Amino acid sequence: MSQTVEIRWHGRGGQGAKTAALLLADVAFKTGMHVQGFPEYGPERMGAPITAYNRISDAPIRVHSNIYTPEYVAVVDETLLEAVDVTAGLKKEGAIIINTSQPKEAILPHLKGYPGAVYTIDAKKISLATLGKYYPNSPMLAAVVAITKVMEQEAFLREMELSFQHKFAKKPEVIKGNMEALKMTFKEVQ
Amino acid sequence: MSIRERLSGNEAVALAIRQINPDVMPAFPITPSTEIPQYVANYIANGKMDTEFIPVESEHSSMSATVGASAAGARALTATSSCGMALMWEELYVAASNRLPLALALVNRALSGPININCDHSDSMGARDSGWLQIYAENNQEAYDNMIQAFRISEHKDVRLPIMICQDGFITSHAVENIELLEDDVVKKFVGDYEPENYLLNPEQPMALGPYAVSNYYMETKMGQRTAMNNARQVILDVAKEFEAISGRKYGFFEEYRLEDADYAVLIIGSAAGTCKDAIDALRSKGIKAGLLKLRVFRPFPAKEIAAALSHCKAAAIMDRSDSFNGNGGPLGAEVSQALYNAHSSVLTVNYIYGLGGRDIRVEDFIDIYSRLQTIAETGTITDQYDYIGLRK
Repeated sequence: MSQTVEIRWHGRGGQGAKTAALLLADVAFKTGMHVQGFPEYGPERMGAPITAYNRISDAPIRVHSNIYTPEYVAVVDETLLEAVDVTAGLKKEGAIIINTSQPKEAILPHLKGYPGAVYTIDAKKISLATLGKYYPNSPMLAAVVAITKVMEQEAFLREMELSFQHKFAKKPEVIKGNMEALKMTFKEVQ
Repeated sequence: MSIRERLSGNEAVALAIRQINPDVMPAFPITPSTEIPQYVANYIANGKMDTEFIPVESEHSSMSATVGASAAGARALTATSSCGMALMWEELYVAASNRLPLALALVNRALSGPININCDHSDSMGARDSGWLQIYAENNQEAYDNMIQAFRISEHKDVRLPIMICQDGFITSHAVENIELLEDDVVKKFVGDYEPENYLLNPEQPMALGPYAVSNYYMETKMGQRTAMNNARQVILDVAKEFEAISGRKYGFFEEYRLEDADYAVLIIGSAAGTCKDAIDALRSKGIKAGLLKLRVFRPFPAKEIAAALSHCKAAAIMDRSDSFNGNGGPLGAEVSQALYNAHSSVLTVNYIYGLGGRDIRVEDFIDIYSRLQTIAETGTITDQYDYIGLRK
């Protein structure tokens, strides 16, 4: 029987939740998995809540519907906690990963009594410390990999480095910072 | 040697276009097809292909320019969606009646209104009588494979008709999935050079194109289109066979999934077929004989083949991702019913409309549809012959 992990991303238009889902699909593909990464768009505008999805499996994926009962949810923007039912359908044996600078206790009241595991990561702090600017994608991606364990951390770092070298061929100075952001996230996600 | 990749449907079609390297591509952007000309323009700017790209000011112009280029003797194509195709309406008919073998990469999207950017098939289904060949895809792989086969079908001397290569907006166009690509030289060899027999830029053979046809001649051109559409049947199958030889992937008018011994069948077009397959496997593990007919070629319509493939089923749901608003059902519902009637079929059928404006259809929806088919077969009565699936309660 094939194993498929389903992940739902919540973000705001322009923040990179879709890009994070596509990056995760990318790196999972490179480690030999079957992948899906796709966005769900409402009206096209910056700042509107958007949802993106990942399916990652050891077998070909045929289903083309959205994901309603994910194993994992990743919230890129904590202001969505009040606007969107982020734990809807989330499996209790799964987990939610939230980008926030607040302590976990401050977040829990927004999760409607979700009984599963809750993880937080301060992507802003990590991003500012390693890149000097706020790009939540790299820390969020690393946090999702750390929690979902869809791939080995070492394989993830190896593939991401190759990917950054390709993506930032013209500005190699940001590769080191991005790699540090990934490694720092592995230590900080809790 | 195939190449393992992960691409969105739009990336896959743009890559197929790069490998085909057509002579001319005029285009105007519209969601969700915008990325296709965008990627192609990038390939051209980076010297990866030498297609003449014409940025135009509307879809009326993009199809006009594609028609003009094709008439001049060039291999030409464009891409669009939804209202963009609606603005091409006049030229769609001009392309088909002038027997121009051009291609359109269509990314299916709902028509306004209310305005909506998501998938349904009302754009291409609205153009079902325009005289174009229409081929649909379940996923990025099929969109890529269909694009590579397109010109071999459309340019065949027995066909010479424009071809629409359709895929589901966002669901496949913007979803990154695994895909197997062919090498550039394999595609180049498969597609071959375009050598038009009659074309405007041939000084040896001056000709007029698109002249007025008086009533004494008009109807014969329509008969010519009908003959060409009929000839396309064999050409589509022949090209698919050749494609299988280079890719290992088999194509026909439709795919049958566990249909051979099925009591209950769903007939569907596009990305929802994959979701339906997961439902079928779940039902089969419980001993319920569910099956699928996924239609790939809608024009020409394989009426006899569909009737034969469904003939042993007790009940079938014909699924339309657009409505005809004729008060009786959708376009696929009407044509499949006609096919079954003409074949004296006794299969009980219902016509369900689903997925309009991107409304999601899930595995559970298909489980429910098969359960409705079981009830119909057991009772012999149909209560809702024409129904909408997944409405808000």
